[in-house]
Amino acid sequence: MQLDNLYQEVILDHYKNPQNKELASDNDAQVHHVNPSCGDEVTLGVKLDGEKIASINWDGVGCSISQASTSIMTDLLIGKTLTEASEISEKFLHLMQSKGSEEGDADALEDAVALAGVSKYPARIKCALLGWMAFKDASVQAHSAKEN
Amino acid sequence: MSFDPVAIRRDFPIFDRTIRDGKRLVYLDSGATSQKPQVVIDAEVDFYRLHNAAVHRGAHQLAEEATDIYEGARQSVAAFIGADIDEVIFTKSATESLNLISYAMGNAPTGNRFHLKAGDAIVVTEMEHHANLIPWQQLAARTGASLSWFEVTPEGRLDLSKIDSVITEKTKVVALTHQSNVLGTINPLEAIIARAHEVGAVIVLDACQSVPHMAVDVKDLGVDFLTFSGHKVLGPTGVGIFWGRSELLAELPPFLTGGSMIETVTMTGATWAPAPRKFEAGVPNMAQAAGLAAAVKYISNIGIENVHAHEVLLTKYLLEKMSEIEALRIVGPTNTDSRGGSISFTFGDIHPHDLGQFLDSQGIAVRTGHHCAWPLNRKMGVPATTRASLYLYNTLEDCDALIAGINDAQKYFGR
Ligand SMILES: Cc1ncc(COP(=O)(O)O)c(C=O)c1O
Repeated sequence: MQLDNLYQEVILDHYKNPQNKELASDNDAQVHHVNPSCGDEVTLGVKLDGEKIASINWDGVGCSISQASTSIMTDLLIGKTLTEASEISEKFLHLMQSKGSEEGDADALEDAVALAGVSKYPARIKCALLGWMAFKDASVQAHSAKEN
Repeated sequence: MSFDPVAIRRDFPIFDRTIRDGKRLVYLDSGATSQKPQVVIDAEVDFYRLHNAAVHRGAHQLAEEATDIYEGARQSVAAFIGADIDEVIFTKSATESLNLISYAMGNAPTGNRFHLKAGDAIVVTEMEHHANLIPWQQLAARTGASLSWFEVTPEGRLDLSKIDSVITEKTKVVALTHQSNVLGTINPLEAIIARAHEVGAVIVLDACQSVPHMAVDVKDLGVDFLTFSGHKVLGPTGVGIFWGRSELLAELPPFLTGGSMIETVTMTGATWAPAPRKFEAGVPNMAQAAGLAAAVKYISNIGIENVHAHEVLLTKYLLEKMSEIEALRIVGPTNTDSRGGSISFTFGDIHPHDLGQFLDSQGIAVRTGHHCAWPLNRKMGVPATTRASLYLYNTLEDCDALIAGINDAQKYFGR
């Protein structure tokens, strides 16, 4: 079934066992993002260690795509530098906009390539990007908080 | 004439197509927008093909024909809802109608019965669609009036137990929905109207989810203003109705100003044409009005009572079948007493978005999310729901497909 491209095993696993889904109290920045068309919400915090991402932690409610994507993203980006993280995020964004024509760079995106199928369902792309956009926002805030 | 949804489906060309690799279309999203019968599509196309001209303006045959069609459409809609012709105003949507009245009230000068100021109150309910909530929030913010509301009970009914403290001597307007687009609840109006009129307030009824599905007679209801959208009642998008009692329309200031809505104009001022023209500035949505007229005539030929009875039958069937599914929780009344065919539910751990996606893969179209009623979702303790909404072209087969789809989704996501 074509739907299986969307709901890959990895996604359902992350949905059932979300990673880093517990908000920390000592984040450098914390943001709250919503998807106003469906009500999905994510609260996400970032802690930096110099240029390195020491922690991404979050809480939220939403569909399997938004929750799994956020979970996968945290696994992928924790421990990376901000520059590496933004390169990976760009690749993910590009994959989401590919309308099903690309498989994604598995070396860079790892588990996140499982979300490639989302790009064929325009209404779900926002779900997949919710956590990533929250991370982008939080990391910029955390970075400038550290600089000041 | 016996009611035959299968024959009715043949009037709707969209049911000739298939969904997601050849599946039969099971359309259960009429609460968002209805499908269109061929007669509606033809009416809109014929207007452009044969009669197109600006109404009320040209001194030529086409302008005459266009005006006849447009004013004829007004008459058809008036007949459909039991209104006087000049009380029926064409807008672009229910959303525009509700902005029309709230902005018009905001424009009312001191001394006008619609004038609002600090100390006055606006009353809504917790089950309003955003379209009948935000315009009133904004009016309250602009005028200093307060906003209060009827609460919703856990069963999804309006809590009228505190009616006398919700609607008070300060209340100037009570705006509420006739039927909830989420819960399906049909609200009891009598007590609310009586109380509102006792304190001199006007009643604005959002009839978006009632006019398409049951007999609505504005005079029998006793409300003061009413609105609905054409596209939910088999008509085209881009046309809605705003109805008001004529003596009230005479006093209500205009919202949009410009061409066609004036009586006289000088370089420094203008006076208004009487209703309905006062509220129809600019060249109107003529082809869409023609389409809406075809829609209400189509329904009248079938009989709105028959449509309603059919929907009650399907709703009862679905509610029963759903109650047999263990993890399924209906958000709203679980029987058909004062209830329409909009059924929202949650289903175990499966998020509505995922359930909706699975159903879509089976050719079943439902709506998922908060259905433009975010505060209501919060009140009911659900971040989002899946909603199946029924109409005259739905069949028991559609209901069975939904039930099968829900059960299959459990297997699919439980793997
Ligand atoms: C109860 C209710 N009110 C208002 C609206 C707004 O209608 P429209 O979007 O056509 O203006 C809707 C439609 O979604 C509705 O269901």
